[in-house]
Amino acid sequence: MSKRAARIDIALALAALAGCALFTGLFLRAEAQWEIAVLAVLLAATLYAAGRSGVAARLEATGAAHPRAASLAAGAAMLLLVALLHSSHFALLMMATVALFATACMGLTLQFGYAGITNFAGAAFFGIGGYTTAVLATHTGVPHLLVLLAGGAMAGLIGSLLILPILRTRGHYAALVTIAFAVLFKTFLEVNDALGGPQGLKVPGLELFGWAFNRRIPLGEDREISFFASYAALSIVLALLAYSLVKRVERSWLGLSLDAVRVDETAAACFGIDIARWKILAFTLGNFLVGLAGGIYAMMLGYIAPTSFTFGDSLIMVSIVILGGLGNPLGVIPAALLVVVLPEKLQLIQEYRFLLFAVVVMLILVFRPDGLLPRRMREYFAGWKRA
Amino acid sequence: MDPGLLGQYLLNGLVLGVIYAMVAVGFTLFFGVLDVIKFSHGDVVMAGAFVGLAAYAGLEHLGLHSPLLALALIVTAATAAMALFGAAAARYLVLPLRGAPPLNTLLATLMLGLALREAVRLFYPNGSNPKPFPRLLPVEAIDIGNFTLRYDSAIIVLGGLAAIFALHIFITRSRLGLAIRAVAQDAETARVMGIDFRAVVLATFALGSALAALAGVANGLYYSEVNFSMGLLLGVIGFSCAVVGGLGSVLGAILGGFLFAALQTAGAVWFAVPAYKDVFAFAAVILVMAWKPTGLISETPAERV
Repeated sequence: MSKRAARIDIALALAALAGCALFTGLFLRAEAQWEIAVLAVLLAATLYAAGRSGVAARLEATGAAHPRAASLAAGAAMLLLVALLHSSHFALLMMATVALFATACMGLTLQFGYAGITNFAGAAFFGIGGYTTAVLATHTGVPHLLVLLAGGAMAGLIGSLLILPILRTRGHYAALVTIAFAVLFKTFLEVNDALGGPQGLKVPGLELFGWAFNRRIPLGEDREISFFASYAALSIVLALLAYSLVKRVERSWLGLSLDAVRVDETAAACFGIDIARWKILAFTLGNFLVGLAGGIYAMMLGYIAPTSFTFGDSLIMVSIVILGGLGNPLGVIPAALLVVVLPEKLQLIQEYRFLLFAVVVMLILVFRPDGLLPRRMREYFAGWKRA
Repeated sequence: MDPGLLGQYLLNGLVLGVIYAMVAVGFTLFFGVLDVIKFSHGDVVMAGAFVGLAAYAGLEHLGLHSPLLALALIVTAATAAMALFGAAAARYLVLPLRGAPPLNTLLATLMLGLALREAVRLFYPNGSNPKPFPRLLPVEAIDIGNFTLRYDSAIIVLGGLAAIFALHIFITRSRLGLAIRAVAQDAETARVMGIDFRAVVLATFALGSALAALAGVANGLYYSEVNFSMGLLLGVIGFSCAVVGGLGSVLGAILGGFLFAALQTAGAVWFAVPAYKDVFAFAAVILVMAWKPTGLISETPAERV
């Protein structure tokens, strides 16, 4: 490939990145219903055109050729956006929520997309992270960084209770195990008075390295930096770390083994791959990421209740994973943006938003079953197909 | 424990078991012919009850007050409407997704259930509130010691068992039943033998959904109340029963239904806080799955490599 073409590719990628950031900003700031409708249509049209004209494939190739630079640039663009939106609480809250849901769904991607474990209890593990954080931060003086990690570890630990049934079952039978757990978890929270019952728990704000996240920072006379800005920045960094972790797992021999386990267990076992070990790894690591995101989410909202961690919420996470394109952690981000923000934004059709959401997901599943950004074959050597 | 009280718990468990079994049979039928899980099934149960309610309201409007006529109309309207809905769902959502991964079908039907739930909430008059369901069965009871045998409970149990038995006879004795079993065993071969695959699938979905509607009406009659959101839990319970019993086996679904009801009832008796009964029942389901990974009556292994 010539140097010129490479330069054009990079320019194209930067332009696309700027476009994405601009779109996200406008989408989060848009208030008039017609603006949101126009933006949603625009997004659909752009995605369609990019897919058809091959621009999307080219962008993806550029990103794959410079993985570190690409994720750093994307992170920088999003952090810049946080800085620009520093005073609008709602937009920042949405950004942080999207980033946290994206992180959780990257954990689910490890399970669904690579190891082929169905997990319909995503919201339950999210909730385990949240409740662990709430209890530890309220009743102990443990540093919050450790508290967050403990939230993730707890999700992994409680998840290990399900490992035996999950390893022994296949397909729909395995799906039932997690569905039963999701229903069980929510009912348990509701009847358990020690964890606040249906009223839920208060969660203190996050404090990392002496920096209290809930502190407001005045900026001149009548402006201030919203405290959601710190959470948004942290969440974006976390999402980025989760993305590179998942991407690295996929690219390494770990990912290869996981793929083998998913595609054909019998064949994988014949080649000496320890199926149980890989399923346990994917399930536990995935739940850890989900729990970690749940902990930050709880601290950001300052309050958690069982109604946020229902089976329906787990389904929302699964829809994000499938809409994004099963097994592609990148696709999770636009999918999370759509699934989290669109119902919040469409005030006009507030009443009908879940109905519309359900219909849209069904249409996508029938007409575009691979999701928004389908997973590609892994490339070990960047651009080797074209070279 | 006091025998009268024990009998009471037993009767409650039996009513719940019949309702759950009717839901679970649908799951097992769909899985049999198409190897799919149709997760909107619980909401079909709920929608069936609401269709029955609407039919009853229509009858009231006409000024007819015969309980027997009302019951007949409710059952007919609910089963007919849900049979049509089930066939339509199979035709336009489940069959087009045949080639897709099973996860997509699962999610699509979950979303169909959500759409159904939301549609009832939004478009049924005052649908977001619990609705009283008419008491159409005789409410008298006979007292035997301190055991009260309510006629309506007994009628629900007997009626439900009769419906499941009729379905069983239909599947094992009729020509269409033979076709359903053939498709369940091997769809390819059944096609080669001249069976209209699509017609059989649609018929199966219609049949299962009609039974779900019946379960919805029975549920409404038993609790005297229906709620737009009751479908999700009923669906999860029905699915659990079908899986615990062994997907694909009608007998397993019935067994699973009664087992789950027994677990719930036992949970309600044992724990000081009765709300723990669902926690207990679902934990038991997870344990059963760990012990018997393909259900109590496992499907005949037909793995093709």
